[in-house]
Amino acid sequence: MRMDGMRASPQTSGAEGRRRLALGLALALCAGGAAAQEMPEPLTAEPGNPERGRLVVRDLGAASCLICHAMPIPEEPDHGDIGPPLHGVGARFTPAELRQRLVDPKAIDPDTVMPSYYQLEGLRDVLGRYVGRTIYTAQQIEDVVAYLATLTEDP
Amino acid sequence: MRAALTLAALGAVLCGALGASAQEPDPTPRPPISGYDYMARATQELQDDDFVNPGFFAIDRGRRLWSEPAGASGAACADCHGAEGEGLVGAAARLPAVDPQTGALMNLEGHINDCRESRMNADPYAYESEDLLALTAYVSHLSRGVPVAVAVDGPAAPFFEQGRALFFERRGQLDLSCTQCHDARAGQMLRGDRISQGHVNGFPIYRLKWFAMGSRHRMFEWCNTSLRAEPFAPGSPEYLALELYVAWRGNGLPIETPAVRR
Repeated sequence: MRMDGMRASPQTSGAEGRRRLALGLALALCAGGAAAQEMPEPLTAEPGNPERGRLVVRDLGAASCLICHAMPIPEEPDHGDIGPPLHGVGARFTPAELRQRLVDPKAIDPDTVMPSYYQLEGLRDVLGRYVGRTIYTAQQIEDVVAYLATLTEDP
Repeated sequence: MRAALTLAALGAVLCGALGASAQEPDPTPRPPISGYDYMARATQELQDDDFVNPGFFAIDRGRRLWSEPAGASGAACADCHGAEGEGLVGAAARLPAVDPQTGALMNLEGHINDCRESRMNADPYAYESEDLLALTAYVSHLSRGVPVAVAVDGPAAPFFEQGRALFFERRGQLDLSCTQCHDARAGQMLRGDRISQGHVNGFPIYRLKWFAMGSRHRMFEWCNTSLRAEPFAPGSPEYLALELYVAWRGNGLPIETPAVRR
């Protein structure tokens, strides 16, 4: 089941986004919390490329996953431990679930510290050079989803 | 029956009101743990030895400025506050504080510049200038070992509330608040850095990442920018209020200036 109300698209206004989110959460509660756990539609026509995705998540200048998560990327030192390790994440979640968790994890848990990587709504005081920009581009989201889907081995 | 329903409704309203007015539990980790304890041993050793601690270059400069006449008054800090700063021992541990004359919240930087302008007829130092860092380091160092004890009641209360609100506000493209890291996740690893509780008892610090001394407000600015949030200006009312809240979180921690941090 796809609940469009759960996710404000990056084009809607802040207030409208919050209203839609609130409505979505209310609907999700009514539906037993099953909504917005996944996002089956890819954001781009071009399929995600896992090799490119691995480079994206390693890019330390681009809000790298490694800041908070341990990953099977042994050539990079100092993986964070804020979030769960991502080994085996491709076996635990479908690409549709991974996409939702990257695009807007707050639709699943409003209190999460995980940033929404493809979401412009509900943000305040964004630094000038990032205004109107999502953390990842649509193609980067697809590439990272494709890469994470390859992580099927537990450590 | 109707009375019972009314009573039940009234009870529900009261419960709701009480629930809403009850203070959220304060998430500040107790007892406070200094940032020193979150550093690698090599960084702690740099701080421990006054002869290798790079912060002492700033303190030496500050000691020199302390006894230099400045401005049209021809007076030096030492003339009023003692040749060795003995008049200001403990002062840094109680700042920021509300100035009783003006009602403004003032930190040490503000007091130094106020003294220069109103008593010495000298130009104020720019925030984060080498001279202001040197003098704040020197004066703070006079209080080394004195427990932080800022007041947040009375006239300080509105500033404290403003600072607390800032500490809990999610900001920037990464949509994070101070509390999410420094209350809830202190000790966890953000890449190679262990997240500290965010205390400010060692400022101004020598920060290895900067190869330089930095004030509390420079650190706030750095943290905000890392969240991809617009920082406030050093010396701004927002950062002064935040400084008060953050100092209060660490009440009881000894002043460590000059601390060395990664």
